[in-house]
Formats: sequence, structure tokens, C-alpha cells
Amino acid sequence: MPQPIRESAPKTVLIQLSLQNGKPNARGPIASGPNASGPNASGPNASGPNASGGGAGGAALEGIPGVALQWIDVKTPFLVALWILVAGLAKMVIEVNHNVTNYIPESALLICCGFLLGGVIWGADGVQTFTLTPTVFFFYLLPQVILDAGYTMPNKLFFSNLGAILVYAIIGTCWNAASVGLSLWGCHQGGAMGPDLDIGLLQYLLFGSLIAAVDPVAVLAVFEQVHVNEVLFIMVFGESLLNDGVTVVLFNVFDAFVSLGGPRINAAEIVKGIVSFFVVAFGGSLLGLVFGVLICLVTRVTKNIRIIEPGFIFVLGYLSYLTAEMLSLSAILAIVFCGIACQRYIKANMDEASVATVQHAMKVLANGSETIIFLFLGISAIDKNIWVWNTGFILLTLLFIFVYRIMGVFFLTWILNKFRLVPVEYIDQIIMSYGGLRGAVAYGLAVMLDESKIKEKNLMISTTLVVVYFTVILQGVTMKPLVNWLKVKRAANAELTLIEKVQNKVFDHMLVAIEDISGQIGHNYMRDKWNNFEVKYLSWLLMKPSARRNRDRLFNVFHQLNLRDAMSYVNEGERRGSLEFIRNESAFVDFKKKFDTDISDMMPDITADAADDTLPVPSHMGGTWRHHDIPSVSLEMQDQDLKGLREAEDINSHHLLQQHLYKGRKQHRHRYSRSHFHVNKDEGEVQEIFQRTMRTRLESFKSTKMGAAKKMSHHPKKEDLQKTANGNASDWGRSRPHGDAGIEFPESGGAAGGQRSYGDPFPTRVSYRLGAGVENPAFMPDVETQAPPWLTEADGGAGASVEPSQRAQLHLPWTPSNLRRLAPLRISTQSSDSFQRADAASGPETPPPPPPLPPPPPSHPPPHEGSHM
Amino acid sequence: MGASRSRTENPEIQDLSDQTGFSSEQIRILHRRFRQLSGDEETISKENLEKIQALDKNPIRNQIIEAFFDKRNQKDGKVGSFEEIGFEQFVKVMSHFRPPNLKMTDEDKEAMRREKLRFLFNMHDTDNDGTITLDEYRKVVEELLSKSGAIGPDVAKAISDAAMLEVASINMPHMEPDDFYEGITFEHFEQILKGLEMESRMNIRFLDVDTSTMHCGKSQ
Repeated sequence: MPQPIRESAPKTVLIQLSLQNGKPNARGPIASGPNASGPNASGPNASGPNASGGGAGGAALEGIPGVALQWIDVKTPFLVALWILVAGLAKMVIEVNHNVTNYIPESALLICCGFLLGGVIWGADGVQTFTLTPTVFFFYLLPQVILDAGYTMPNKLFFSNLGAILVYAIIGTCWNAASVGLSLWGCHQGGAMGPDLDIGLLQYLLFGSLIAAVDPVAVLAVFEQVHVNEVLFIMVFGESLLNDGVTVVLFNVFDAFVSLGGPRINAAEIVKGIVSFFVVAFGGSLLGLVFGVLICLVTRVTKNIRIIEPGFIFVLGYLSYLTAEMLSLSAILAIVFCGIACQRYIKANMDEASVATVQHAMKVLANGSETIIFLFLGISAIDKNIWVWNTGFILLTLLFIFVYRIMGVFFLTWILNKFRLVPVEYIDQIIMSYGGLRGAVAYGLAVMLDESKIKEKNLMISTTLVVVYFTVILQGVTMKPLVNWLKVKRAANAELTLIEKVQNKVFDHMLVAIEDISGQIGHNYMRDKWNNFEVKYLSWLLMKPSARRNRDRLFNVFHQLNLRDAMSYVNEGERRGSLEFIRNESAFVDFKKKFDTDISDMMPDITADAADDTLPVPSHMGGTWRHHDIPSVSLEMQDQDLKGLREAEDINSHHLLQQHLYKGRKQHRHRYSRSHFHVNKDEGEVQEIFQRTMRTRLESFKSTKMGAAKKMSHHPKKEDLQKTANGNASDWGRSRPHGDAGIEFPESGGAAGGQRSYGDPFPTRVSYRLGAGVENPAFMPDVETQAPPWLTEADGGAGASVEPSQRAQLHLPWTPSNLRRLAPLRISTQSSDSFQRADAASGPETPPPPPPLPPPPPSHPPPHEGSHM
Repeated sequence: MGASRSRTENPEIQDLSDQTGFSSEQIRILHRRFRQLSGDEETISKENLEKIQALDKNPIRNQIIEAFFDKRNQKDGKVGSFEEIGFEQFVKVMSHFRPPNLKMTDEDKEAMRREKLRFLFNMHDTDNDGTITLDEYRKVVEELLSKSGAIGPDVAKAISDAAMLEVASINMPHMEPDDFYEGITFEHFEQILKGLEMESRMNIRFLDVDTSTMHCGKSQ
């Protein structure tokens, strides 16, 4: 689309920042000089110095240099920044009240806001100083919106509907352009527009081609707020993205034809035009894919420059756009396919933080420019110079656009439905026709028309603006009621549950299998082949080896689910104060100081264990673990066992420290390093939260008693359950049959006994600690690790003759063996006991943390437990 | 071979077409494929299906093949599994994957949806007791992950456990302490998979044009 920029470059200026009248020192003409001449279509980099050069030339040292107002020097960037700020504020004001945005889409409100601002400027200056120019739009506002669209494109959906999308985008757009152009011409010939219009057939076709394309920005803005079903969405959205290539070519071809003049167009020229369409469209897409691959390759090796890693995606994406533009290929298609091609691999290749950064930055840029685009679409309207009214022309354009869009969609869908597996329903077709919103792309193209060739340029601009306002505001506002009224199938709830993900996978495999059996080569067959190819070759080329290993989607979902749980758990806990114990004093002890040597003995084994683990989570966790010396954990109990009672101050000072560490969770510890961004996240804490949720998850799962129910039916569960239902966690612990746990964990029983023996002499203190104990699942009992050195020591020291803590034993068998995979590090058997106690003590006041889950009753060891031991 | 024979059996084809909704052309193509798979026999056995090479890499191959021999999928109320199936049974199983068309009424669509769901449910519920228990579900997940290398049975367990927990918490938000969540019933299954719109996804394209000639080299 931006190709014609070069031709009309002399007229395109950065946002018309000239401010001719507004400036006090009669420098007006000088300041507007560089802007008006504006051969520097390349943007602020070039125009900045240029403007300042002009300004410096004019400002011949009138005052003291040190305090002079350097307005000319900073004018351009200053105004740009100011407008960005204004746009942001406008959006903020609009979003204040959700009652309004529920009915009127944000894009429409922004345009209206633009009207107001434009009115203010008009009132102040008497002329519209700020308008949306094609250069700014195509080079600085559009790319990030499109890149975002490509990057977040649901690939599977897109490619499985690609055929239909292409048909709509190519044939549909050609049909729209031709029919609107010809019909307008016909009406002109019939005299519907008055006698004094000077527009020929070719110019009508040119106008038709620029007004034909559905605008991706406008469509996205409206459809994002109306959650239609995904097939419908991808059709409309995909079409709006891809028909751009068609529009560019049509526009260029007709522009060239207009320049050539009617008589000189022959068959050869027309064939050239058609060929150039394919070159532009496919060349652009191919170029985008090449850049996408390039991004993947770059992110493969950016391990050591994590901090600027996200930048590559933006820079290379933008370069793909510019390169395509340079080669006269479709820039929008290039950047779309660049985003589509790289999304999957960079997500695997890059650090998690970088992925999040890319996502956020992408959204900030895209949303920001979308806001600016709509705002300026509104502002641009308040300009007396561009408005030429011709009722016939404008109304007929609106009518034809609307009617031909509907006809096109229904006709093409009728054909497509003969081939589609799942036909597009009539209701969806209505929404598709109605969703043909025009936007800034059409306006940008209209502004780029050459006035010397097209006399009625201003009429075309005004008509385009009217069309844009009509579609974005009126159709945008009525879209939601229409969707509701027609009962269009909506998108499913945002988040898929785990079981749905599993089922999705089952689906995929099943469909392939059925196709294999029935001997058909279908969609699924092809997709399967592609997947195999992708796994075998593409990911080998584009993905880091470590990322390749961890790419199972199902597992990622599981991982994410856990993380989310962890977060909500912490939030919930914070809210209820059930994590208070963490902040409590006396919960921690200086682990490092005490066990430094022991730990260093232990660590090799542990880290080896973690490293062996090929699963994503453990290797990730394990990896961070290894760099971190010691987790902050409560070892205080056995610490006491070992050394006896500690000095109170000693403990207190330490606890003070820990307390701050935990409290500062959300603050960043600034290290003033440009190349490392260290988030102050205590790794022990992360570990703790993660594993805790893992355990809660599994515990409450078992509370649903599946699996366990069948094999363990002999247990006196009812009695237990009732006690749990009372919420008295400590109670049921005691009522548990002793034997079922103790057998399996003899050594931990001993250890716990040691603890107890300590606890008894100091009842008050212990009870205090009960509330304060840190539950750190990282230290969940693990039968497979042999008792750590200090444990045996502890046993000896404390005289491990006391009966084993029932609670400790009881807790152990629930520790699911499969947790070991996810939580490779359990060094001690101790703190699970303190966990128990903490719960026991705080049980009555604070309900068990995750509210939607059933209360954790004492469940039985799951069947697989025994085999693992 | 099969094609020439089936042309003489038009009433039979017509009958099958009425029962399953396939066009007679589609049935002819399926019949050709059937003969190809069975080695020109009247019936097809599990071994025949296991020979299909393209299936080798499919993690749920066994479940799929089982489904073909499952009497429940014949919709005539019987339970158990066949040793061998004839063409009629083969087509009936295949008919679960027929795509919807625009002419269908809402009731038809609903019936089709339930049919598809039932097929899927039967695939999970191997012991036909009306619920998918944790063990059964776990087996599916294990199979599903079995081809992805790095993932061990432990993870499969964890995933199926977590998934089951979700199901339990979705379907029985207020569980009494002595309630058991025995497994997923068909109603729950339906409830859970509502969002997946499987009626519009559990379809494959049955061509009216024969492709088996260009395909047989690969799959046999």
C-alpha cells in the first residue's frame, strides 16, 4: 500500500507540524519551510535535523544563547511526544466509564474525541495544522499494529481457513473495487452526481480500489470487543490483513493507468498489472517468511544478551516491512508473515522474561498507534480545505460499498461452502458483510492521490472520510447489538481447561487416524505431515536444542496452570492473611551460616538430580536453583535440635532480614546494571510457592477420592472426613490409623520425633512457632534421598527415642511421588511437619487456601504411591 | 474388484447410505478402501488396521482401532467388541465423522453432536460402566504423551490427576465430604467439552472422488 508514497513524496510531510500562525517570533515562514518542501519522506530522523537546520538559520542569535527557548530545535520530537501523550490521555478518559465502551466501540469514541480536539485546534489556529499524513501512517503507525496482529495470530486457525481467507481477500476485494468503481461511473454517466464532476472511468476504478479494502485496524478494534466465534473472526480479520496486498496492487495499477491515460492501455499493460499482483503479494509474503526465519535464528543465539533480545523482534520485523517497501513488495503482507513465522519459535527460544517483554511491548506499541490513528482520523476531518460535498457521489459510494460487500460475501461463501467441510452459516455471512469496516488505510491512500492527475482529489478524500466514519462509528456501534440479536455463535470462554487441551490433542490424533483408515488425503493428513516435517526439520533449524526438548504443549499448559495457581494462591493468602506466618518473626534461621558446609556436600547430588531432569519445569527451576546458593527455609526446628536454644537476638536480627526479603517481593532490587535486570525474587520463595501449589493441587485432587476410592475403601474415611469438615486439621491427624503411614517412612518418623522431643520442653514457644512455621514444600519428605547428615546427627543429639510424630507420618504418604519430578529438591523431612503444624494451629481461623477446591480431607495414598517406593 | 461388485449391489448401498448419511459415491469409495485394507476379504480384523503404516506414529492408535471394533459404536444397543467387522460396521463407525451441512435442522445437529460425543466418550470409557474413571483417563493421557519422548509416565499421571481435579471441581463444586467423584459421566463429559464445539470440528472430509489410487502406495 505505501508504494505510491514515493511518487507523491513531495507532498507528504511528517504530521503537519508547521504551526504556521502559532509562533510568536515571526519565524513562521522559515519554520514551515522545511516542512513544506519535505523531500525527506524518510521520517523524523531526517526531518528533525532538517527542521532544526532551518530554525538555526533563521534564529540569528537574538538573545543570550544560554537561556533562549530552543523551540525550533525540539519542535518536532516535542510535538510528537505531546501528541502521543494526548492520545494516551484521550484513551484514558474514554475508558474511564465502561458503561459507555460497552455500547460504543473505543475506535468510534476516539474518532469523536478527535473531532473535539480538531475543533479546538481549528478554533485556535483557524487552519488544521495537524493531520494524518500517509508517511507517518504507513511508516510509523501501521507497522507495529500489523506486526502485533501477525505475532498474535492463531496460526492453526489461520492456516486451516487460509483458502477461504484468500478467496475473500483476493477475489472479494477485486470484486468490490471493480463493482464500486463501475457503478459509480455508471451513475455519473446517468447524471446522478451533477454535471461539473471531472472524473473518468479509470479514476473511478482507482477510487474503487482504495475504498475496497477492509481495514485491519478498524476491524480488529471492533471485533475485539465483540467476541464472535473464532472461525468468523479469523475470516474477517484474515481477510482484512491480506486484502491489503490486493489493494496495493490495484491502487498502483490504476494509478499507473490514470497516468498513462486511457488510450495507451493495451492488453500487455493489463497482463503486466496482473502479474505484478502476484509478484507483489507473494514476494511480500516470502520476504516476511525469510525475515521470520532470520528472527528465529537470531534468537537462537542471544542467550548472553538477554536484555536486548526482545529488541531484535521489533527491529527485524520493522526491517522486513521497510525492505518489502523498498523492493515494491507488499509491506503489510511481509510484516504479517514475519510475525506469523517467528511467533512460535521465538517463544520457545527466548527467555520467559523476554517473551513477556515482547508481548507487552508489542501491545503497548500496537495499542498506542491504534489510538493515535483513530484520534487523528477524527482530527483530520476538521479541515475546511478538504471538504468538498457532493451528495450524489458520497451517498452512492456508501450504498455501493454496503451492497456490493454483501453480495460479494454471499456469493463467495456460496461457492466456498461447496468445498468447505463445515459450511459458513448465513448468520456468520451477515456479520462478515457487515464487518467490512474501512479505516485509515483507505484514508492514507486517498491522501496520496495525485491532485494533478485527479482533479477531484478532495472529493475523494471527503468521501473516504465519510465512509470511514460511517463504517467505524455506525457499523461499529451497531455491530454488538446485531451480533446479539442474530445470536451469532460466540467464542468459547477464554481459557481452556486442562481436560479440554487434552481432548484437543485427542481430537487431532483421532482425525488423522480416521483419515488414514479411510484412505483420504485431507486437511488433517496434510497437517500431520506438516507437523512431522516441522518437528523433524524446522524446529531443528530454528529452535534451541534445549527448547526443543521442552516443547510439549500439554505439559506447558500444566506448567502454566500451576504457576497461575501459585499466583492466585499467594494473592489469596495475602488477602486472607494466611501467609502471615511467613512474615512472622522467628520463622527463619540463618540456614546458610549453619549448614554451609553440609549443603555444599549435598548440592552436587541435588543439582545432578535436577539437571538430569528433562522436564521443562524442573530444569527451569533446577537451573535457577543451582545459581542460588541457599533457599530461605525454616530449619529452625532441627536447628534447635542440633544446637539447642539459640540466642534470641541472633534469631531476631535474622528474622528481621528475612521478613524484609519476603515483603519486598514486588519491589526490584536495583543493581544499576544495564545488561542485567534482576528481579528481586527470592528463589526459595518461588520454589516454595510452586511446590506448595503442586501439593495443594494434588491433595485436593485426592480429596475427590478418585483412584484412591476404589482401592482404599476399607479405610474409616467417613469418620476422618467429618472431622476435616469441621476444619480442625489437627484433629483428624491424630485419629488416623498409625500404621498406614509409619511403615513407609521410618527414618522421617525418627526425625520428627527428635523435633518433638525438643518441642515439649518449651511448650509456649512451640505453640508460637506453630503459627509461625514456614511450610516449605521444597523440603517435603522424600524417601529416595537418604537422610541428610544433619538428620542423623539430630537424632543422636536429641535422643530419638520419643514416639514418632503422628502428624509427620501421616503427612508423608500423601506426598505424591510424581511431585518429585516437579520438585526435584527435597532435602529434609522436617518442614512438612512444620507445615502440618502451621495448618493445625491456624486451621480454625483460616480456611484452607484455595477456595474453589474441596477441603483437603485426609486422603489415602494414591495407588501409584507404593510402586514408586 | 470391490468397485465392480458393489455396483451390482445398489440396494445394499442405498440402504447403507440411508443409515449413515453418506452418499452412495462415498460409500463406494469407502468400500474400495475397505477391500484394500482387508486384503479383499469380507471382514476386517484388528491386524488389518494395525498394518496401516501411517498409523504407526499415532499415539492413540490402539484406542482408535478399538473403537472400530467396539459394539457400542454400532448404535444398536449391544456391548462388547467384535473380532472382525464387516463393511457395514466399518461404515457406521466412519459415519461418526461426517461433517454437518447447511440443510440440517437444529435437532439433527444436536443429535449429531451427541453421537460424536458418545463416540469420544466410549473411546475413553473402556470398561463401559458409564463413567470415565481416573484410571481410564490416565491411560489415555499416558498414551497421548507416549510419543513425545521426554515426558514420562509420572507427568502423565500428574496431568491426568490435575485434569480430573478440574473436572471434579467444575462439575461438583459443592462436594460433600463423603461424596466420591467416581469419574466423568457422559453428562459431565458433555458439559466439559461444550466449549470445544466439536460438532464443527470432529469431521473429516469424505471425498466423492476416489483418491485411494494415489494414496495406496503410501499407506499399505
